[in-house]
Amino acid sequence: MKSGVLASFERLYPRRALLGIGIVYAFLVVVVPVLNLAVPAGSALHVSDYTVALAGKILCYAMVALAMDLIWGYTGILSLGHGLFFALGGYAMGMYLMRSIGTEGVYGSTLPDFMVFLDWKELPWYWRGSDRFLQALLLVVLAPGLVALVFGFFAFRSRIRGVYFSIITQALTFAFMLLFFRNATGFGGNNGFTDFKRILGFPLASPRTKVALYVLSATALLSALLLCRHLVVSKLGKVLTAIRDEESRLRFCGYDPFGYKLFAWTLSAVICGIAGALYVPQVGIINPGEMSPANSIEIAIWVAVGGRGSLIGPVLGAALVNCAKSWLTVAFPDLWLYLLGLVFILVTRFVPRGIAGAMAAGAEP
Amino acid sequence: MRPALSVTLLALAAASPAAMAIDQTGVDKLAFGDASARMEVVQAAVTASDAGAIPVLRALLEGKLATAGRKAVLAEAGVFLDPLTRAPVDLPGEEVEKVSINNRLRRTLERALAALALFAPASGERLQAARALQEGADEDVLPIVERALAQEKEPSVADALRSIQGALLLGSADRDKRLAAIDVLRRAPSTRNKRLLVQRLGRGPDDAGAETDPAVRDALLRGIHDIDASLRVAEMAGWIFGGLSLGSILLLAALGLAITFGLMGVINMAHGELLMIGAYATWLVQSLFRSHFPGAFSCYLAVAAPAAFLAAGLVGLLLEVTVVRALYGRPLETLLATWGASLLLIQVVRSTFGAQNVEVANPSWMSGGVTVMSGLVIPYNRIAIIAFSLLVLVIVWLLIARTRLGLLVRAVMQNRRTAASLGVATPWVDMLAFALGSGIAGLGGCALSQIGNVGPELGQAFIVDSFMVVVLGGVGQLAGTVIAAIGLGQVNKLLEPFAGAVLAKIAVLVVIILFIQRRPQGLFAPRGRAAEDV
Repeated sequence: MKSGVLASFERLYPRRALLGIGIVYAFLVVVVPVLNLAVPAGSALHVSDYTVALAGKILCYAMVALAMDLIWGYTGILSLGHGLFFALGGYAMGMYLMRSIGTEGVYGSTLPDFMVFLDWKELPWYWRGSDRFLQALLLVVLAPGLVALVFGFFAFRSRIRGVYFSIITQALTFAFMLLFFRNATGFGGNNGFTDFKRILGFPLASPRTKVALYVLSATALLSALLLCRHLVVSKLGKVLTAIRDEESRLRFCGYDPFGYKLFAWTLSAVICGIAGALYVPQVGIINPGEMSPANSIEIAIWVAVGGRGSLIGPVLGAALVNCAKSWLTVAFPDLWLYLLGLVFILVTRFVPRGIAGAMAAGAEP
Repeated sequence: MRPALSVTLLALAAASPAAMAIDQTGVDKLAFGDASARMEVVQAAVTASDAGAIPVLRALLEGKLATAGRKAVLAEAGVFLDPLTRAPVDLPGEEVEKVSINNRLRRTLERALAALALFAPASGERLQAARALQEGADEDVLPIVERALAQEKEPSVADALRSIQGALLLGSADRDKRLAAIDVLRRAPSTRNKRLLVQRLGRGPDDAGAETDPAVRDALLRGIHDIDASLRVAEMAGWIFGGLSLGSILLLAALGLAITFGLMGVINMAHGELLMIGAYATWLVQSLFRSHFPGAFSCYLAVAAPAAFLAAGLVGLLLEVTVVRALYGRPLETLLATWGASLLLIQVVRSTFGAQNVEVANPSWMSGGVTVMSGLVIPYNRIAIIAFSLLVLVIVWLLIARTRLGLLVRAVMQNRRTAASLGVATPWVDMLAFALGSGIAGLGGCALSQIGNVGPELGQAFIVDSFMVVVLGGVGQLAGTVIAAIGLGQVNKLLEPFAGAVLAKIAVLVVIILFIQRRPQGLFAPRGRAAEDV
């Protein structure tokens, strides 16, 4: 049995690569938490709470990059709206977190603070049951999944593709951003959700909860990676790649790309939503700014930097770009946009296959 | 005090309006005469509707009229002036004494000034005076208002006067006068006049001030109904104009894109930033004019528009040569690279001009507006932008359809290889076409600077909308772009009153997404096999 499991993993990656992934994962979920919780704060080996939170955040971003790679790198559909699915997952989790504040809010009401502020007397219908964790988890999957399914159904059915699809996804996330900015929508308007206190009864401020969320993010990322890898090496993955490379020819061969595209698209959105749900309790806030078109385009650049169509590459790209971002926006705030702009231009012009592509080319010659 | 004035003012109604201006005798009477002589002069000025008397009377009221020996002078900021000619007066050794007035004269003067302002030469002053009288006028001023109305030519002032007249007559004891008042108010539909009618109708049977005469009540109801109807018409016209205005802005933003994206197939995410650059170029020219040629400030736009075109065109040219050129045929990469360029441009502008919005002043001829009907004023700057966008549209159309460059652009876009083999220098055509599209975006930015804020993020707001216009209109179709822009503007503005601005926008986006279901190639689909290319 055990050898069966191992064999199925070996189908995904060569043994050495699996070992590497395993070592990195073990480092992330064992070494980092130990250094954070067990090593005293004064020690040189201590990993600060800030670093753990940052790492957790980046792991979530990496998951988004992975989802983006599935749809862009493998299926050839550039989405400029993945920030929307991320945010929807985040909002779904945020609703639960808002409810679990209970009466500890500023106004001491059972309603979330912003509703008291807007003088609402009761929860709107779509908040019903949002205090149940299981429902929150369901919503994390369903909200982005359904939006993606419905949108994808219409878009793919009428064979919208290429830049048209990109532009329309951008409009989609823009529309949702406007919608969520309204106070009347019932998701906290401008400010979104914040001031979370606890998750499943565990205080969010405690280092242990933070580490647990971080470990969870790392595990989710690993699972998502293996799942995506499983998909792309399967027959389905070959069809997806064919859609990317020569959709018309695929159609002539008797395949209908519609179902494949819709599946990859929806799955990608769901992975994004899960990443958003993990992200929100770690950063403690979700607001409509996450849905801004600029955010979604940034996701594309993580993937482009890491290398499209390589899964591991985008994960690295997301980590690299976001490390640089969190360092530069503090150290040289003016420089960051210059750098980001240059990265967009230089990567697309000179390194179209990204880091992973460059490394593969370096290893092959 | 009031009876005295009302007697005199009512007397005016009978008096024939003599076109007699205040003269030296009058000034002397004001300065040296006793209380009744002064009163007489003031009343005479009002009788004559003599706007020329306003400065002297105001000087008297403000205590600036003085006597020096046997002469009356104006003491203004330490200088002595002749009250009538305002020529400086030399007063060697004369003792200057301020003319003091009693409270009764003060009040008479105030009312006289308010009434006389209705005859001031500048229509703006007359409007202000009429508005001031709207608040708390009583029946005494009715004859003056009627006389002012008789000679008033400016519709907005006449409306205000009629509103006063109607309001005053409405309280009259005479039934016919009340009916006439209703008729007057009905013809000048405004929310204020409607309120007057509703008030007169009273809140219920036990309302003391309510109208009791059934015929008048009937007329009131009809009047309210009429006003409602014309207000609705004005509102509708306002929406339609708002839609046109928004459409013309979208058109300006999208026209450049119709060339770079529509004709050339280059998806330029930095297009909004080209608008922004045009707006900043306009701001620079405007600042230059303000500091160096303040006399020619009203025509700075004549320089700013070409400058905006050149600035944005140049940036577009650079963009094409450095980024876009290498990525032809790879639209998704172009999208990302130009997005990077847009980030760079935003940050460059932010570092150079600061993150705050800069203020672009309208030339004076653009301020104000034209009153189309009661309740609907169309600002001149909006009209100017509609006209400007039409002009740009015509120029672009001529360029594309009638010039050699346009011919070459169309040839290269239809079939690059064939064009090249026929000797067309395709790289040059690409470069020029892209620069042209960018320059047109700059013109759009120039127009935008006249109605909105100019800041580094100006372009970001337009990028989604302009792409929607081009996608909806159909790629490669100028006519489609025009109709899509105007249509989107109209739909947006018409939905706004029912759904609110944000929901209207969302609805429009949803409608576009659904529309593209039916016609993936836009409103005006190109025929043939080009559909596979994008």
